[in-house]
Amino acid sequence: MTAGIPAKRIRRRAAAPPAPSSAATEPAERERRDRAPRQRPGWTVIAAKEFADHLLSARFFVLLVVLGLAAVVPLYFASGRIRELAEDASGAPAVFIALFTLGSQQIPILRVDSFVGLVAPLLGIAFAFDAVNGERSEGTLPRLLSQPIHRDDVINGKYAAGLAIIALVLTAVVGVIGGFGLLRLGIVPAAGEVIRIIAWLFLTIVYVSLWLAFGLLLSVVLRRAATSALIGFGVWLLVTVFGGLLVNLIAGIVAPLPSGGEADEVLASAGAQQFIARLLPSELYREASLVLLDPSVTQVSAPATIGQAIAAQEQIPSLLSLDQSLLLVWPHVVALVALTVICFAGAYIAFMRQEVRA
Amino acid sequence: MAPTPPIATRGLTKRYETLTAVDRLDLEVHAGEIFGLLGQNGAGKTTTILMLLGLTEPTEGTARVVGLDPARRPLQVKRRVGYLPDAVGFYGNMTGRQNLRYTARLNGLDRRAAEGQIGAVLEQVGLDDRADTKADTYSRGMLQRLGIADALVKDPAVLILDEPTTSIDPLGVVEILDLLRGLVRERGMAILLSSHLLNQVQSVCDRVGIFAAGRLIGQGSVEELATAFGDDTTHVEVGLELTDPPDADRAEELFARIDDVATVTRPASSADEWRLDVRPASEGGRVRQAVLAACASNGLTLTSLRAAVPTLDEIYRRAVVRARAGTERDAA
Repeated sequence: MTAGIPAKRIRRRAAAPPAPSSAATEPAERERRDRAPRQRPGWTVIAAKEFADHLLSARFFVLLVVLGLAAVVPLYFASGRIRELAEDASGAPAVFIALFTLGSQQIPILRVDSFVGLVAPLLGIAFAFDAVNGERSEGTLPRLLSQPIHRDDVINGKYAAGLAIIALVLTAVVGVIGGFGLLRLGIVPAAGEVIRIIAWLFLTIVYVSLWLAFGLLLSVVLRRAATSALIGFGVWLLVTVFGGLLVNLIAGIVAPLPSGGEADEVLASAGAQQFIARLLPSELYREASLVLLDPSVTQVSAPATIGQAIAAQEQIPSLLSLDQSLLLVWPHVVALVALTVICFAGAYIAFMRQEVRA
Repeated sequence: MAPTPPIATRGLTKRYETLTAVDRLDLEVHAGEIFGLLGQNGAGKTTTILMLLGLTEPTEGTARVVGLDPARRPLQVKRRVGYLPDAVGFYGNMTGRQNLRYTARLNGLDRRAAEGQIGAVLEQVGLDDRADTKADTYSRGMLQRLGIADALVKDPAVLILDEPTTSIDPLGVVEILDLLRGLVRERGMAILLSSHLLNQVQSVCDRVGIFAAGRLIGQGSVEELATAFGDDTTHVEVGLELTDPPDADRAEELFARIDDVATVTRPASSADEWRLDVRPASEGGRVRQAVLAACASNGLTLTSLRAAVPTLDEIYRRAVVRARAGTERDAA
């Protein structure tokens, strides 16, 4: 799932040439050092340093707190309702997983999955928006590039470090929620539920890595970190907060809902709206996350014909098995990965072609 | 076969869309010498350096650094070449030592060997007492010195320094230049440094190349350049202890009578030195002897007598003017 690397790298591992040695080192020693099978590849050194930087940074701490709140607040509401759920339905499906999807009845946004969906992109942007232009403004980039590493090691290492920190944070948050369910509420997850949660975690990491790649792209293209942060947060606000509004607006123009019109016209309008919504990564993530966390969701697309609509209504409520759920969200995941690859490739190519000098 | 020089370029050219940043550069820097690349900002010095490091590809021509083509084997070149960029920066949240450790890791140095090497270079640049404080507390001059230490961590055969003395106080400049001299003497390194502060580097460079608008318009030692770009005049400075004013008139008359002395300039105050312009320049030595003899036989007390080295500033100005006149002739 890591983004692709478009340009094929040519690593020259030719034996070191007999070089004129300086007086300080023994020729033999120098030759050995030059020829020694190369230590760790450059990107891992950079990734290790960046990862350590992230861990110690203030933004890591702030984001951990924000995301922790995002998990704890809905959990507070969920824990009240989950008892009712458990009491009245012996056949209630997937009680444990309901920790993620239940929330306040009054405020629909207060659910773990929607809250994480809202806040998680910040994680991606925050760890990437100054990755390259920060080095540039600090004057460390020329020094870094003059070390014996490939130029793409810099961008690959930084992306890898971002991915690692994101995976760490998200896994920690999911772990806290799960632990809360186990200890405080005494719910034990079924194996299927655990797999669903892991799949959801994976989906979330993919989604955040898209924002990470986007942040990286901004940091390469824009010279100033402040500008890229501003644009990054602006896009985040636009997509995740105002995205729904925008979709309604555009759909209203492109395929207006006919007043008292025919049923197929209504369906066509709904279909158009969904198509436009799915251009937003946040919508792709929302749909996929809904399917993964709730086995009773059996379809994600709006019915295309009246027949389908009726069939959906008459359908006996049933639960999807995990593989069926995965099948349902597969296109979403592929689309998210593709978007990530595009962003990363853009950042990669822009970085490789940039002049070293600011 | 003569040993290949650590840095050699032939016809090295870099063109951006309309601008020719570096124009057919032929350059050789030998082991054990400091070569100064002099020119104003934007003359193409940094572009040249980036091409030598393989950080930018030449449009035409070839470069050989430690015997390798930096455009084709940048990693091997960068492993053997230490580079101090213009306005070098360090990670402010890390200490000086941690910054150097990162560089050592990027160079794949063995951890234990690296620690020793880091300690040694920090001491060499005089930063050992501040090595464990965060780099964002460092002054510009300290950063510059840390930058030199950073370039030395990999124990390079060639050192390339871009504007090493800019924004450092005069005392610091002397220290850095002494350090560079020491490196050449002790390790036989080849050092290429670029600067626009001509007088600062004049004293430290074995040879200099004058760079203007992408072209190397002259190279050689300062004396050679003075001959090449001078107007065949040399100067002698004479300090005299004059007790009464008529002596000054007498001295002026004496000096003017010496053969090949073109002009005699009186000092503004009695503490300053007299200045004699000698033409042709080759007669400088004889004129100095004549001054000595004249003073001795006429009872004038000498306090100093020396040949004035032409300043690089002067040479540079003349070289640029001459090159510009040449281009205009070519264009016409």
